[in-house]
Amino acid sequence: MSEAIRDLPKHERMKLPRQSMPTQDAEARAQNFDEVALGYPQETALMEAMRCLQCKRPKCVEGCPVGVNIPEFIQHLKDGDMPAAVRALKADNNLPAICGRVCPQETQCEALCVVGKKAAPVAIGRLERYVADWDLGHPSPPPAVPPPSGKKVAVIGCGPAGLTCAGDLARYGHKVTIFESLHAPGGVLIYGIPEFRLPKDTVHAEVDYVRSLGVEVRLDTVIGKTYTLDELLKEQGYDAIFLGTGAGLPMFMHIPGENYNGVYSANEFLTRVNLMKAYLFPEWDTPVKVGGKVAVVGAGNVAMDASRCALRLGAGEVHIVYRRSREEVPARAEEVHHAEEEGIRFNFLTNPVEIYGDEKGWVRGMRCIRMKLGEPDASGRRRPLPIEGSEFDMDVDMVVMALGTRPNPLVFTEAGGLERTKWGTVVADEQTGKTTKDRVWAGGDIVTGAATVISAMGAGKNAAADIDRFLRAETAPEEAQESAAAG
Amino acid sequence: MYEIVVKEDLAPVTKLFEVKAPAVAKKAKAGQFVIVRIDEEGERIPLTIADYDRERGTVTLVVQEVGKTTMQMGAMEAGEHFATVTGPLGIPSEIEKFGTVLCVGGGVGIAPIYPIARDLKEAGNTVLSIIGARNKDLLFWEEKMRSVSDELIVCTDDGSYGRKALVTIPLKEMLESERPVDHIWAIGPAIMMKFCALTTQPFGAPTTVSLNSIMVDGTGMCGACRVEVGGQTRFVCVDGPEFDGHEVDWDQLLTRQRIYPEQETVAVERWKHECQCGNGS
Repeated sequence: MSEAIRDLPKHERMKLPRQSMPTQDAEARAQNFDEVALGYPQETALMEAMRCLQCKRPKCVEGCPVGVNIPEFIQHLKDGDMPAAVRALKADNNLPAICGRVCPQETQCEALCVVGKKAAPVAIGRLERYVADWDLGHPSPPPAVPPPSGKKVAVIGCGPAGLTCAGDLARYGHKVTIFESLHAPGGVLIYGIPEFRLPKDTVHAEVDYVRSLGVEVRLDTVIGKTYTLDELLKEQGYDAIFLGTGAGLPMFMHIPGENYNGVYSANEFLTRVNLMKAYLFPEWDTPVKVGGKVAVVGAGNVAMDASRCALRLGAGEVHIVYRRSREEVPARAEEVHHAEEEGIRFNFLTNPVEIYGDEKGWVRGMRCIRMKLGEPDASGRRRPLPIEGSEFDMDVDMVVMALGTRPNPLVFTEAGGLERTKWGTVVADEQTGKTTKDRVWAGGDIVTGAATVISAMGAGKNAAADIDRFLRAETAPEEAQESAAAG
Repeated sequence: MYEIVVKEDLAPVTKLFEVKAPAVAKKAKAGQFVIVRIDEEGERIPLTIADYDRERGTVTLVVQEVGKTTMQMGAMEAGEHFATVTGPLGIPSEIEKFGTVLCVGGGVGIAPIYPIARDLKEAGNTVLSIIGARNKDLLFWEEKMRSVSDELIVCTDDGSYGRKALVTIPLKEMLESERPVDHIWAIGPAIMMKFCALTTQPFGAPTTVSLNSIMVDGTGMCGACRVEVGGQTRFVCVDGPEFDGHEVDWDQLLTRQRIYPEQETVAVERWKHECQCGNGS
C-alpha cells in the first residue's frame, strides 16, 4: 500500500471503495470442495483497514455478540503490528478464523458501521478473517492462564457455544472438560458447514487453540446416555455444567411421501458429506446418493450449504424451494450470492405438499403449491398463504428438507429441575444463561432454537462469565464481594 | 480408541468382538446398541449389544460380514482398536415378568436376543426360544441360548443342522399349542422379523422386534433411520430400536435398507482388491 493512501484525510479515506475478496471462479468451484472465498491479500486488507474511521464510541462493537474490540484490531492491522492485532481479536473471540467466515456480519457489526451510513460499511468480517488466518500461519504461545481455581466445569457439546464457553472458563483458571457425542470436535462447524465455506483444517486449528488453553475434549460421549447431567454433578464432582448441545434434531414437513428413498434431512445429507466425507467415497466409507434434479426445501444457510453440496456432488439441476419471497430469505447474503453464481435456481413463494415415489420406493417428483404473502406473523415476517388451485409438479429425484432444527432431548435424561419450553428449548436467563437447575447453565441453539454460530458464541461467553462469578463466590465469598464492589 | 480384547470366529462369516469401553459397559442394557467406526475413514454403523461385562469394562458385539465395513472388521484381531464405540444408545428392552415369553433369534439376530432372553429368565419368566439360520455355518450360541431357556428349538432353512424349517414354523406351532404365550421377541434380518410379526398377529400375541435401519449419528440428529410405525414416522435410533412388530411398516423399512446397493458393491470390490494386494499375491 502506498504511503499516499495512509496519509489520506478522513473524508478522502471514506471515498475508498469497499474492497472485494477474491473467490474461486464460479464454474470451477461448482466442481470441487475447496474454499470458495480466498481471503484478502495483504495489500487489499491494508486498503480496507484504511476505511475504518476509528470511532471513539464504536457502534460496530455493539453489534458483535462477543464484543470484539473491532477498531483496536483494525488499528494494529493498519500499523502493521500483526501480533497485536491477533491479541486484540482473540481477547474476546476464541474462534476468529471461523467467525470471519461464517458470521452474518451484514446484520451485526457491519450493519452498525458508521461508514456504512454513506457508503458500503467496512468489511470487518474479511479483516477479521485476514488477521485470524495470519495467526494460524504464525502460531504463538497460548495466553498464560491463571493458577488453577480448583473448580471443575463440564461443557456439553463441542460446537461454537461450548468451545467459546470452555475457552473462557479455562482462561478464568477453571478445569474444563468438553463432552462431545460425535467422533470429531466442532459440532455444526464440522458436521454442518461444508469444507468449501469453512475448511475443516481451520476448525481443527481453532479447536486446538482452545485445547492449548488446557481444555480437555472427550469425544464419543453422549450425555444422557453414556453419562447423565445428574451423574456429572453428583458422582463425577463437576461444580458446574454448561449445556451447549445446539439444535440437532431435524424437522420434516409431515407431508405424504417424505420417507421415500432420496428424501434426506439436511442434517443427514450434510453430515454424510461434511463429517463423514462422502464426497471422498470410496476412499472414505460413507456413501451419499445425489440425484440428477434436486430440490432443497428452505432458504437458510443450511439450505444454501445443502444445495451447493448437491451441485458439487454432480447434480444436474439444484432448486431452492422456499415458501416466502426473496425479502425473507434468512441465509447470509454472501451465501445466497455465491449459490446464485454457481447456478442454484431459486423458487420463491413455493411450498411442497406431497412427494411422489416410483414402484421401487424412490423419489420421482414433488407436488408444490404457489404461495402469497399475507399479514405479518409472530416472527414479524409476512405469513405465506397457499394460493388455492395453484398446485404444480416438480420433476425431481432427490429432496433435501432444510426446514430448521430443534434441540435434541437426549441430554435431558436424568436432569431433574431443568425447565424447558414447549418448543423443547431450555429456559435460561437471557443475560447469564443460568437455567432453572442448580449449577447448570445453557446457551446457543439449545436455548434460542436454530440461530447463528456467533450468537451461540456470545451466549457461551456470557455464561462463562457468570459461571466464573458463581464459582468464585463459592470459593471465597468475601473476596468475590470485594471485587464486585470494585468492579 | 477402543481396544478389541477378544476376537472369536463364531462361524465363517460371523465374528465376535469383546471391546474395551468401560463407560458404555457400565450403562449397557439388553436391547441397546452402539455406534462403531473402525478408523478415520470409516463409516458409523449401529451394532446391537450382544453382551457386556461391567467388571471387565467390555461390551460384546457380534458381526456378520455382509458389506465392506463388516468384512474389514472381520479381518481385525484382538489388540487392534476401533476408532469409535459410542453408547449405549437406544431404549433398553422392557424386561418384566410377563409369564411365558418366546424369544426368536434369526441369523446374526441370535446375538442380541441372548441378553434379552437372559434378563427375561432372571425376571422370572418361562423362556421358550427358537434360533435359526440359513445353514449350519451361520448358527452360533446354541449352548448359550440353551442355558437361559426352558426350551430351545434350533432350525436351519436347509436342514443342515437341527430341524429343517424357517423360524416361523416352530413359532406358529408354539402359538397353536395349548400353552399361552404372553410376549414374543423376534430379532433378525428385517424379512425374518416381518414374517414373525405376520405369524404372531392372528394370535394377538404382543411381539417386539428390534429394527436394523441405516444410521449415521445414532443420536437422533440425521433421521436416516426413520420408518413408519403405527402410521407415525419414528427414529429407530432414539425412539427404538425396539417397536411393536405389528405396527411396523415393513416394506418401507426393507426399501429404506436398500438405498446404497451400488455403493456397497463398489466398496466391497475395492476392499477385496485391497485385501488381495495387501496379501502380496
